[in-house]
Amino acid sequence: MIRHIRPALVLFALLSTLTGLAYPLGLTAVANLLFSHQAQGSIIIRDGHPVGSALIGQNFTSDRYFHPRPSATSGVDPADPSKSVPTPYNAAASVGSNLGPTSRSLVARVSAGAAAIGADNPDAIREGWKIPADLVTTSASGLDPDISPEAAFFQVRRVALARHLPEMRVRGLVVQMIRQPMMGWLGEPHVNVLALNLALDAGQ
Amino acid sequence: MSVTGWTTILVFFLTIVVLARPVGGMLTRVLAGEHTLPSHILGPLERAFYRLSGVNPDEEQSWSQYALAVLAFKLVCFVAVYLILRLQAHLPLNPAGQAAVAPDLAYNTAISFLTNTNWQSYAGETTMSHLSQMLALTAQNFVSAAAGIAVAAAVIRGFTRREAGTIGNFWADLTRLTLYVLLPACVVLALFFVWQGVPQSLSGVVDATTLEGAHQTIALGPVASQEAIKMLGTNGGGFFNTNSAHPFENPDALTNFVQMVCIFALGAGLTNMFGRMVGNEQQGWTIFAAMSVLFMVGAGILYWSESHANPAFAALGIDPIQGNMEGKEVRFGIVGSALFAAVTTDASCGAVNAMHESFLPLGGMVPLVNMMLGEIIFGGVGSGLYGFILFAIIAVFMAGLMVGRTPEYLGKKIEARELKMTMLAVLCLPLVMLGFTALAVVVGPGTSALSAAGPHGFSEALYAYTSAAANNGSAFSGLTANPFWNVTLGIGMMIGRFFVIVPVLAIAGAMAVKKNVPTTSGTFPTDSGLFIGLVTGVILIVGGLTFLPALALGPIVEHLSMLRGIFS
Repeated sequence: MIRHIRPALVLFALLSTLTGLAYPLGLTAVANLLFSHQAQGSIIIRDGHPVGSALIGQNFTSDRYFHPRPSATSGVDPADPSKSVPTPYNAAASVGSNLGPTSRSLVARVSAGAAAIGADNPDAIREGWKIPADLVTTSASGLDPDISPEAAFFQVRRVALARHLPEMRVRGLVVQMIRQPMMGWLGEPHVNVLALNLALDAGQ
Repeated sequence: MSVTGWTTILVFFLTIVVLARPVGGMLTRVLAGEHTLPSHILGPLERAFYRLSGVNPDEEQSWSQYALAVLAFKLVCFVAVYLILRLQAHLPLNPAGQAAVAPDLAYNTAISFLTNTNWQSYAGETTMSHLSQMLALTAQNFVSAAAGIAVAAAVIRGFTRREAGTIGNFWADLTRLTLYVLLPACVVLALFFVWQGVPQSLSGVVDATTLEGAHQTIALGPVASQEAIKMLGTNGGGFFNTNSAHPFENPDALTNFVQMVCIFALGAGLTNMFGRMVGNEQQGWTIFAAMSVLFMVGAGILYWSESHANPAFAALGIDPIQGNMEGKEVRFGIVGSALFAAVTTDASCGAVNAMHESFLPLGGMVPLVNMMLGEIIFGGVGSGLYGFILFAIIAVFMAGLMVGRTPEYLGKKIEARELKMTMLAVLCLPLVMLGFTALAVVVGPGTSALSAAGPHGFSEALYAYTSAAANNGSAFSGLTANPFWNVTLGIGMMIGRFFVIVPVLAIAGAMAVKKNVPTTSGTFPTDSGLFIGLVTGVILIVGGLTFLPALALGPIVEHLSMLRGIFS
């Protein structure tokens, strides 16, 4: 054992320095040179201010915007810092709901979510749409930036009414914003909610 | 299920088939100390490392010396990582001002990373400073992966040598694998990830004001550098709490595909390296085929299960077409999440891009079973191959019993000592998985950490110890680890690593000193379809007999409850 102590200590120090300092720090330098936008979090700047990241979802509640999926993240209660309260799309503390398929809380939450979505989008329900599953289920990260195309179409009427826009125009915008699977098979069709809402704002 | 979904699974598998040979060739050359492209550039560094540490790379070690070197190195890793985590508040590169990591959590995390488990009892973005992420966690990702491959190489050497006393030099294997395989591959991969959107920054957070005027704090960090080794080294410890589900760790379907390929790349390559080193590539492809059968069955069942919506949602007016989307990301969808879950638990990676806890019961059972089988389906880098060799030894032993001959594998007689060591390694895993689960579901500190009641709560506990002992690291993450869990999981991870590594090196040492037995017509061929069937059967029977009762109490009961509409 004794004869292994020197190589263990020295190689640990050398390999850790190489892979734990030189590699990440060197990569940071190169990455920021080549891909500085992505390396710093793909931050979107509007009117000189950061409004979010192209990759990270954010919460929308107004009728004028497309809504994202529910999020299970929480944050510090502003009234009492020792407690935490539901804070959707808290990008400083990602978390999923971790509710199992036979959990009562899951069924209760989904049931309440479905009712709220029905109330928010009465026209869609009247026209016989079923509620897209992604609009009532929380994502794994709590920061999912995307919704399914169905979930976007489901909300078109509401957004069009709130913005006094022709429905066809809003629908056309959604169609434009759909990202199709790569090469036709890799990934799922999806719509980035922040990008869609930015496009809505820009169009008015 | 859809045509595009099956296309994804098929293209993924074909990519692994194509990669196995080139990766295997490269690993073989590096471990033999031959010249490769990276060694032309980093060669002086390798020689300087040996000089400073007083290592002679050509001086070979016996199996016991090799094992002692592994253990000495791991001891240093443990102490150093523990200290870095405890002292991080006083160390540089801590822009978010993270406090010292609690003692039980630092102990758990240190063991978790040095055993290549990467179980996360902590939430990365709220616990770890950038220095801890880089110097403690990223560095351990490299060396624990290299150590795993080194042990596999030593085991193969044991089978290939005749009347020899040594099985290689751990220090040389460790250094060469880190410098010439893992580091160059990770530089390329990490740059690709940054290009695709993974951050690589030393700033702590970005403060944004959302379109609706709310404040959003976005955590950043040196993510890409850790992401690359996390997948390639089958480590799985994420920068963020939600691991590869976080859009910053895994921004799109392409990075998701690449991450899955990385998890299997070295494990698949090792089967080919095995074939090359024993002088018959067919032996490697036989192992590859047996692993592929088990992979396909698991991935298929998972995809099928998760394509179904939760039956409880049908009455609520929710469209079932998307499948079970709770705990999944839209950009990956069902197939991208199901395939990832199968791959990460076939190998001992443990990275997740969907919350396994929210899978339907049978979908959640597949990762559990993959880990219970010992993660020998391509497996962790190194550990998958030496784990599989243990099952191969049992398979030839059974074949020997059937025809009444002394079993042989790769021209070596398998005798009592090797079988005892094999059984020791194979049995210590279920002992930890089932023993600790039994304890945790009856004592107060065990049950108080569970987030779910009923059979799902049992599955949560079973998954945790299974993941720890198998050195996977994925979780049913509703579990909030308290000191009881941190300590017992830490013990489980150590037993799962070292009670396999030491016996398997002992087998290698015993094999190395043996003579070669000439192949005759009576030799059971271990590069045939019959062997594939036999070894797959052994794996399933050993796993089935050991774990079926526990699975019945957890996911199977929960599946039946779900169909009957019983909730808890």
